[in-house]
Amino acid sequence: MTYRTFAVFVSFLLAGAVPAAAQDEPARDQGGLEVGVEEMESGGLTGSVSDDSDWQDLGLAISTFATDRDVPTRASAGSTAQLGRALSRIISDNLRNNGLFKPSGPAGLPQPSYDQVAAPDYSAWSLRTTDMLVQGYVRANSDGRLAVGCYLYDVALRQQLGKAGWLVAPGDWRRAAHKCSDMVYARLSGESPFFDSRIAYIAETGPKDRRIKRLAIMDSDGANHRYLTSGQATALTPRYSPDYKSLLYLSYLDGTPSIYVYDLAEGRQRLVTRSNNPTFAPRWSPDGRWILYSMAISGNTDIYRVSAQGGQSQRLTSAPGIDIGGSYSPDGRRIVFESDRSGAQQIYVMKADGTGQRRTSFFGGRAATPEWSPRGDQIAFTHIAGNLRIAVMRPNGGGLRHLTDSWQDEAPTWSPNGRILQFFRTRRNSGEAAIWQVDLTGRNERRLPTPVGASDPAWGPVRP
Amino acid sequence: MPTPHIFSAKQVSAVLLIAGSLALSACATKAPKELPPEPGPVTTTASAPQPLGPAPGSQADFLATMMGDETIYFDTDRYNIDSADAAALNKQAQWLLRYPGKRALIEGHCDERGTRDYNLALGERRANAAKNHLVSIGVDPSRLTTVSYGKERPISLASNETAWARNRRAVTITTD
Repeated sequence: MTYRTFAVFVSFLLAGAVPAAAQDEPARDQGGLEVGVEEMESGGLTGSVSDDSDWQDLGLAISTFATDRDVPTRASAGSTAQLGRALSRIISDNLRNNGLFKPSGPAGLPQPSYDQVAAPDYSAWSLRTTDMLVQGYVRANSDGRLAVGCYLYDVALRQQLGKAGWLVAPGDWRRAAHKCSDMVYARLSGESPFFDSRIAYIAETGPKDRRIKRLAIMDSDGANHRYLTSGQATALTPRYSPDYKSLLYLSYLDGTPSIYVYDLAEGRQRLVTRSNNPTFAPRWSPDGRWILYSMAISGNTDIYRVSAQGGQSQRLTSAPGIDIGGSYSPDGRRIVFESDRSGAQQIYVMKADGTGQRRTSFFGGRAATPEWSPRGDQIAFTHIAGNLRIAVMRPNGGGLRHLTDSWQDEAPTWSPNGRILQFFRTRRNSGEAAIWQVDLTGRNERRLPTPVGASDPAWGPVRP
Repeated sequence: MPTPHIFSAKQVSAVLLIAGSLALSACATKAPKELPPEPGPVTTTASAPQPLGPAPGSQADFLATMMGDETIYFDTDRYNIDSADAAALNKQAQWLLRYPGKRALIEGHCDERGTRDYNLALGERRANAAKNHLVSIGVDPSRLTTVSYGKERPISLASNETAWARNRRAVTITTD
């Protein structure tokens, strides 16, 4: 990964790059992206579009990003002009596909000139009943990197609501579109961003009884897809580390199901613990310092904690039966997990050191694969009562709500902002699996595009 | 890194053999214990005399002797050994005691109607239940290993109660 080349684009560059902007921007814009972010959060719009049902009706236009000079680049999208079109399409798709907005453009909309990016033609846009307008530019930097600027305007108020800019390596050009999507989404909804994030999952091919399962990763919109294992050994249940530098996953590499820590930069992996016993269900702590895994000894499975650096494991559960999984609260102080100590799979909460274990799910059926929301206010899980369905409840066990209703939906994973859940849906008989997502209100259910069958999604945090 | 290796050709053919024979029967809650005999080795009348039957002490011999009892079946979410399972395991133990040089791998499996992580743990518990029974009859535990495939390796591919009953199983595979 090339985090280092993804530098914050200092805003004097932004102003300097767009001549019209240089005159218009007040002095407060001289502090770089961080200042810009603070402006956004303290801005006056929060709340005015906070009702989900109203977002759809917002006249949001995404115009083609302009360029000062159409020159070739090393980005896969092509020249700077081609990049401008591709960036605006990605932003439009991001905002549309997640059911948040119904944006228009970039096709069928006027294309602002480079000089208009920071000085929009408000009169023309208001005639098109545009409420909110996204403009931007892309420029080839002399060092080979790309400068991308992103502006959000309230057309009726004739006011700039937000702007941000980034310098990206050519291979990371899509990230600028995701960062811009995040800025627009966060500014309009008041929610935290989530588009600039990645997903680890298991790619599935072949018949049901000899299915090939490979570890794979992709961007939140399915782009930059990559297989990490060959499929010779079955791979299951990956989890991205919070810094995206490594993955935990289960592999049958040596015949016994075992958890490995896969280093993405090195392309190497190590066992999470040296043991002849099988290990399952790996999880990270939110700060990336701890790894949870479950280990079966003579058929009895318990949850263990080990430092991400390695060393001695600490056993957290000891009840007879299957204690498995585990998901940390955002503050890292509690763990929600699954246990059948009462006779069937139910959800329990304990302190991070394993003390204070108590059951929280007390409704019909079984409850499995609990995942704590990054916002801390909900637990997502698989509710098994006849069919398998994705459900949420409060951490204390109240407020049960089903979000899906299909034959077999399981293993929810939260978007970084805790507003959307991904899971995998299995088809009856064929066993074909695909990743789907649904938002916290139970709406906007959709299938994610993947090259082949897909299961075990794990959504990582917003990238640094 | 060790070479990835999940099924040997021998194991795959054994599983397919079981799948084939099970497909001929039907049962609502428990898979049947009385299965059609395994197909014998292919013989032709025209060729020279072939050795009759599999080599004593081989996996083929184990399968021919077990006649389906190399697999035991479980109820939903359960891992207890019932009387039918015990009879099958007793038969397995007799064979293993007759060939003390052989080892055995016990695979634990689950049906598809459970979550992945839990099924991995449940398959391990089922394989251990079978192992513990064999040990209680006198098989040296050092000869027995277990592996769970959770819901990853069904032998009956439909999504109905009959198929799920066949997939909730522990399969003993002998090795050298």
